[in-house]
Amino acid sequence: MMPQAKPAAAAKRPLTYQEVWGRAGIYAFLGVLALFFLLPLYVMLVTSFKSMDEIRLGLIFSLPQQFTVDAWVKAWTSACTGLECTGLRVGFGNSVKILLPSVVFSILLGALNGYALSFWKVKGANVLFACLLLGSFIPYQVFIYPLVRVYAQTGIYGSLPGIVLTHVIFGMPVMTLLFRNYYSGLPVELFKAARIDGAGFWKIFIAIILPMSVPIAIVAVIMQVTAIWNDFLLGLVFAGRENLPMTVQLNNIVNTTTGERAYNVNMAATVLTSLVPLAVYLLSGRWFVRGIASGAVKG
Amino acid sequence: MGAEFTRHVRRNLVAYIALLPMAAVVIFAYLGTMAWSVRLSFSSSKLLPRNDFVGFAQYVTLFDTSRWLTSLGNLAVIAFFFLLICFVLGCLLAIFIDQNVRAESLFRTVFLYPYAMSFVVAGLIWQWILNPDLGIQATMRGFGFSGFVLDWVVNPRMVLYAVILATVWHGSGLVMALILAGLRGIDGEIWRATRIDGIPAWRVYLSIVLPMLRPMIITSLVLLSISIVKMYDVVVAMTNGGPGTASEVPAKFIMDNLFERANIGLATAASTVMLITVLLVMAPVIYSQYFRKSGRAA
Repeated sequence: MMPQAKPAAAAKRPLTYQEVWGRAGIYAFLGVLALFFLLPLYVMLVTSFKSMDEIRLGLIFSLPQQFTVDAWVKAWTSACTGLECTGLRVGFGNSVKILLPSVVFSILLGALNGYALSFWKVKGANVLFACLLLGSFIPYQVFIYPLVRVYAQTGIYGSLPGIVLTHVIFGMPVMTLLFRNYYSGLPVELFKAARIDGAGFWKIFIAIILPMSVPIAIVAVIMQVTAIWNDFLLGLVFAGRENLPMTVQLNNIVNTTTGERAYNVNMAATVLTSLVPLAVYLLSGRWFVRGIASGAVKG
Repeated sequence: MGAEFTRHVRRNLVAYIALLPMAAVVIFAYLGTMAWSVRLSFSSSKLLPRNDFVGFAQYVTLFDTSRWLTSLGNLAVIAFFFLLICFVLGCLLAIFIDQNVRAESLFRTVFLYPYAMSFVVAGLIWQWILNPDLGIQATMRGFGFSGFVLDWVVNPRMVLYAVILATVWHGSGLVMALILAGLRGIDGEIWRATRIDGIPAWRVYLSIVLPMLRPMIITSLVLLSISIVKMYDVVVAMTNGGPGTASEVPAKFIMDNLFERANIGLATAASTVMLITVLLVMAPVIYSQYFRKSGRAA
């Protein structure tokens, strides 16, 4: 009996007894793990539709007996962080306000850097780029305190421009890498021909390079939207009380409550906070994976 | 030489100007702040930065602080199990998915979705599921297993494994996605050749296929390592370092000392230790992965 390296790759013929068991094993393995991965999402969803009376019974895995959306309404409009009971919609609004300019500016700068790095000769640019890349590996804690001091002195500490600038700074390594790698794969003849025709730096960038950047820009948007929406640390330090993003507000709602914890509200709040990245993930499909891979693999 | 350089700069002047924002970010936001942090670690700064010089005093205090030593030990345990489990689990998932299974895209979606969620969410969800009065333990006791114990989040000896569980759930899909992409790029001829030679499938994967996927393996390990060194959100959301100091991590130690305990000198000494560790570990990886194969403009 010849061992099967990859059963399904073989020509179509009835499966042997052994192969049938092999297939069953594969599906059992994947199925059990799929349940493990889905368990938290399931628990969050069923709990968020329960009343507190039902939660006190201690059956977190059971389906809601009386389906109610009260917890969702409360999480969105009136959940409390400390003394303020304004709900998660405040954090949602703040996250949107932080997200939009941060994504736009970090992608534009990444594209510009990538273009200048891969098509133009600038002395010392590769050393700068190496430093930038190295910076992306270093924990934020190394940079945070001096940045806070500088921001405080220039008056942007705890403001929307402050947090946007911070996201642009810390998003720059991966955005620059992404666009630089993508542009390195474009035919250089295109650039040379445009140069001979007398086109300058900006003309080539805007008329030729940017229109060809749509695929990589989509990847960049997916990466930045997920990263910035999910950020906790930078928002906590730099956004200021008025602009705390949704992740920080979620943690405040859940972990600062006194008295009995409203688990249904907490879980509804958690699902609400995950909705944007989850939607991005489900809608983007393979592009999401491409973002993970192209941010690091191709060098 | 001088004249030639001037001509070079003039021809590429706009490119130089366009790279100014990047240069400013590198010089001020990365290198400058880094140098400032290191400088502060040699001062006696408490609530406000001071300009004095106390030598290695903060470092001596730091390695005499049990909370810091606990943090380092915790990080080592978490990093070891997290990397090992994520890697093995991710590889197994990728290999099983690659066996022409039905509903492949469904499986892929399920295994990767946690990676799209924030660490805060991951920490909170698992805190609830592992909560003894509410989650799995309560459920099992409800079924009549009155001696059933699953109290990881409140047990100082087990709390690290609760954190590992949450981070593995969050991160193993990443390994799966990268390895699967690599498996799809492998030449089918290899499978035919090894089948003819009668080599069992597991041997082919272990000795031939995985070594071929080295770039993907390195990438996934680098990405996972960064997330572990930066680990902060998940601990804050899940245990806030507790019970006691049982799940403290270095990133949290630094944040607490910077913003709550007003001990800037100690915090920057700790961040300098992290900085040096990361540089020592990452520099060779970065060099081989990115810089040697530099772009056209090199």
